[in-house]
Amino acid sequence: MDIKVLGTGCANCKATIALIGQVAQAKGVAVQLGKVQELRDIMGYGVMSTPGVVVNGKVVHAGGVPSREKIEQWFTAGG
Amino acid sequence: MSTLTSSLQRWPTRRPVLFLVLAAAVWWGLYQTLLPGSEALVAALPVDRASRLGGALQFFLYDTPKVLMLLTGVVFVMGMINSYFTPERTRALLAGRSEGVANVMAAALGIVTPFCSCSAVPLFIGFVQAGVPLGVTFSFLISAPMVNEVALTLLFGMFGWKVALLYLGLGLGVAIAAGWVIGRLKMEAWLEDWVRDMPRTSARFEDAGTTLADRIQGGFAAVREIVGKVWPYILGGIALGALIHGYVPEDFMASFMGKDAWWSVPLAVLMGVPMYTNAAGVIPIVQALLAKGAALGTVLAFMMSVIALSLPEMIILRKVLKLRLIATFVGVVASGILLVGFVFNAVL
Repeated sequence: MDIKVLGTGCANCKATIALIGQVAQAKGVAVQLGKVQELRDIMGYGVMSTPGVVVNGKVVHAGGVPSREKIEQWFTAGG
Repeated sequence: MSTLTSSLQRWPTRRPVLFLVLAAAVWWGLYQTLLPGSEALVAALPVDRASRLGGALQFFLYDTPKVLMLLTGVVFVMGMINSYFTPERTRALLAGRSEGVANVMAAALGIVTPFCSCSAVPLFIGFVQAGVPLGVTFSFLISAPMVNEVALTLLFGMFGWKVALLYLGLGLGVAIAAGWVIGRLKMEAWLEDWVRDMPRTSARFEDAGTTLADRIQGGFAAVREIVGKVWPYILGGIALGALIHGYVPEDFMASFMGKDAWWSVPLAVLMGVPMYTNAAGVIPIVQALLAKGAALGTVLAFMMSVIALSLPEMIILRKVLKLRLIATFVGVVASGILLVGFVFNAVL
């Protein structure tokens, strides 16, 4: 499962990465967790509010730290 | 987690309307007990109510829960409203509209659209890509951080509805006027090249199908995030206010922040630029200034300057705007704020 977190490095972006990492560990799922910090690349996904999350190439979240439940849904849905 | 606690946590989701009605009733009931409650508490303590300590204590015991309750209520409701006005919807509402009307809409939408300052740049670019005029985007960018529900609630809770309304009106005014002026200046050429080269996108978007229960969850999340982050500042601000209320002599500040010192407004605006705090952090300062004789216009100007003209945000915006456009932005907004300060001091 490939997950990218889009953000310029503010506290919310870091919190999002940490949370996704925790959920991945709890579920025992292997993830490729990456950060996209260059604005040009972030805009390439069409995201307007950061932090944004891209799972397997699709934007699943934008704006604010996603809730734990939402993150867990991504793991059960695909990957 | 036991099934009882988890089903207790789930019921607002299953019965959203019931939850909202009950929550409003409980909130209102609790709110009414605050004033008598604080007086009763002070009466029970070994303190003379008429003394400075007694006065300060009552002020603190009344104001703290009052402001926190107001804030929780407002942030929750705004959290729900925000779920309607996503940046995507806001963009769709603004794309391609003619200026003037669009500036007003943008400033108004800035109040209800959720906005984190780190999103300023992606948002800006997203708007530009979808054909929202530059000046309109700026109106939004100015109003969103400045005219926010936390600032308004705190002003209302601590200084009364008139001050809050004034801040709202003037904040919108500055956002609309500044955005419109920037639009007239036709500065599209001063966007960084790579921004102008970005592909055009459509402003259309799909409604995500959020339910009322989802919006309630959004409200909870907003309260956890905002009130959770901001309450120490509020406590500090009210404690400071209580101390001033009880102990600092009148007109202490009037000498350098009062109406007669014409340079107080420019000074206030200047002081605001390198400072950046969230809306709550600036309130203790506002409290101290206002309570002891500083002119209202000067204080409002200071508050707007701290929030709207933040050095960190300028640094972030530098990635998308050439220096001349940033300078223009700062200049126009600062002028607007200065005008607000001066006019206010003159009129009141």
